[in-house]
Amino acid sequence: MEIDRPLPNPMTPEAKPYWDGLREQKLMLPKCAACHHVFWYPRVACPKCSARDIGWVQASGRGTLHSFEIGYQSFNKAFKVPAPYVLAMVELAEGPRMLSNLVNVEPDPKKIRCDMPVEVVFTKLTDEVTLPLFQPAGR
Amino acid sequence: MANLRDLSNVACIVGVDESDEMGTLPHKSQLSLHVEAVTNAVRDAGLKVSDVDGIFTAGQHSPATIGEALGVTPRYVDGTTVGGCSFIIMVGHAVAALHHGLCDVAVISHGESGRSQVGVSPRRDTAIPGQYEAPYGFGPAPTMFGLITTRHMHRYGTTLEQWAQVAVSTRQWASLNPKALRREPITVADVLKARPVVWPFTVLNICLVTDAGGAVVLTRADRAKDCAKKPVYVRGLGEGTEHVSLTQMKDLTFSEATRISGDKAFRMAGVGPGDFQHIMLYDAFTSGPPIMLESLGVAKRGEGVRFFEEGRSTPGGSLPINTNGGGLSYTHTGMYGIFPIIEAARQLRGECGARQVPNLRTSLVNGMGGMLSAAGTLVLSNDGAR
Repeated sequence: MEIDRPLPNPMTPEAKPYWDGLREQKLMLPKCAACHHVFWYPRVACPKCSARDIGWVQASGRGTLHSFEIGYQSFNKAFKVPAPYVLAMVELAEGPRMLSNLVNVEPDPKKIRCDMPVEVVFTKLTDEVTLPLFQPAGR
Repeated sequence: MANLRDLSNVACIVGVDESDEMGTLPHKSQLSLHVEAVTNAVRDAGLKVSDVDGIFTAGQHSPATIGEALGVTPRYVDGTTVGGCSFIIMVGHAVAALHHGLCDVAVISHGESGRSQVGVSPRRDTAIPGQYEAPYGFGPAPTMFGLITTRHMHRYGTTLEQWAQVAVSTRQWASLNPKALRREPITVADVLKARPVVWPFTVLNICLVTDAGGAVVLTRADRAKDCAKKPVYVRGLGEGTEHVSLTQMKDLTFSEATRISGDKAFRMAGVGPGDFQHIMLYDAFTSGPPIMLESLGVAKRGEGVRFFEEGRSTPGGSLPINTNGGGLSYTHTGMYGIFPIIEAARQLRGECGARQVPNLRTSLVNGMGGMLSAAGTLVLSNDGAR
């Protein structure tokens, strides 16, 4: 199947456990070993307490739709998902927010609400790259 | 002990101007737009390019490149690049440098071939957008600022019709500015019916994309009196940054960077957020100015859009906002921040003809960098009393 999205580029060393986890259909998040803060995006020091001891935790995959948009065109030549599609900011149950797409939903602003519960679904793009997308919970 | 008030009114804007032309300019490079704007603004001040000894610029060209292109060997340079408000922040940096004698004539230069892309370096993905944004279709600013806007609508009940009022008000001002690119009147219905780009935005909720340059010249207040035009005093200044990635913004409906920046500028100037008769806000999107008014404390949270809806912001209104026609209708190169400074200075000098705000003494300029990520604020006045 043709890849319909830009592949992540670059894939940085500090994010390796995240990309490794996705290949096994696990959403992994960085967690500070000192203050237990779970954060996004991966980095080498805790953004809350500055500790340099960062571990990883598997996220539940549940969260809420913090905000969204409906894309009526592609904004990147390599992004070939047919419009309209839903651009999403998800607030994970563990706390941090990440950007993704809301899928398996009608791309209509009247059918989608901020704070609606969502859950992760994984989409494999290549042997190296699997992405976390989200759909309405309990679908 | 340092006192913020020490920097109030010590330096003045003495020259402002745009490039020779603005709009779609495939025959001009980005660097040429800088050079045109600087030479025009220096002439406006009654100075010579050889008087310039401090160069400030943001974006793709370093201040060294601008100095070389102008034939100037500066003794002070600043290339702070935190988004479109960088030029507003640099007015503050220039005031500090002038006050301490690090330079005597500062020029802040902007040039951007935003539409035609002549002499522009290609963008490259960096670690965060390339990895965590692009694979989902996120990219240019509308795909990000829409998230801020949707959340504001959810939290405060703001509507598409209200955002559209911002475009309508701004276009009314543009119709009075001969330099504005889009001058034909529009209605709320026109905005709602325009081509959808990314909900909640139609194309009329989003700024223009143009080629243009702009420059601002500053000098110390004592020397400003000898320049060609009436000096515009920098009475207060502020800056701040909160996040770059939108996932790191604490509250999507409130700009912490703007609050920090505004607070500092107001304290330095000894004014409150309600003390202005004219406001210039960075309007890359219709929802930006209302959220800035809320973050600055000019409006209560969720109520910024009422300034537009109730006609206070329009020609003849009690608080004119974006009197040049804004990024929405006058020009928007990509890093718009130099242009609201130019308009505020012209208004305070009384040069604005049909769009002149009468009896103006104090003007507020506030801009954002990125997605309300960074902010710069200026309190400008045509009265140097401290």
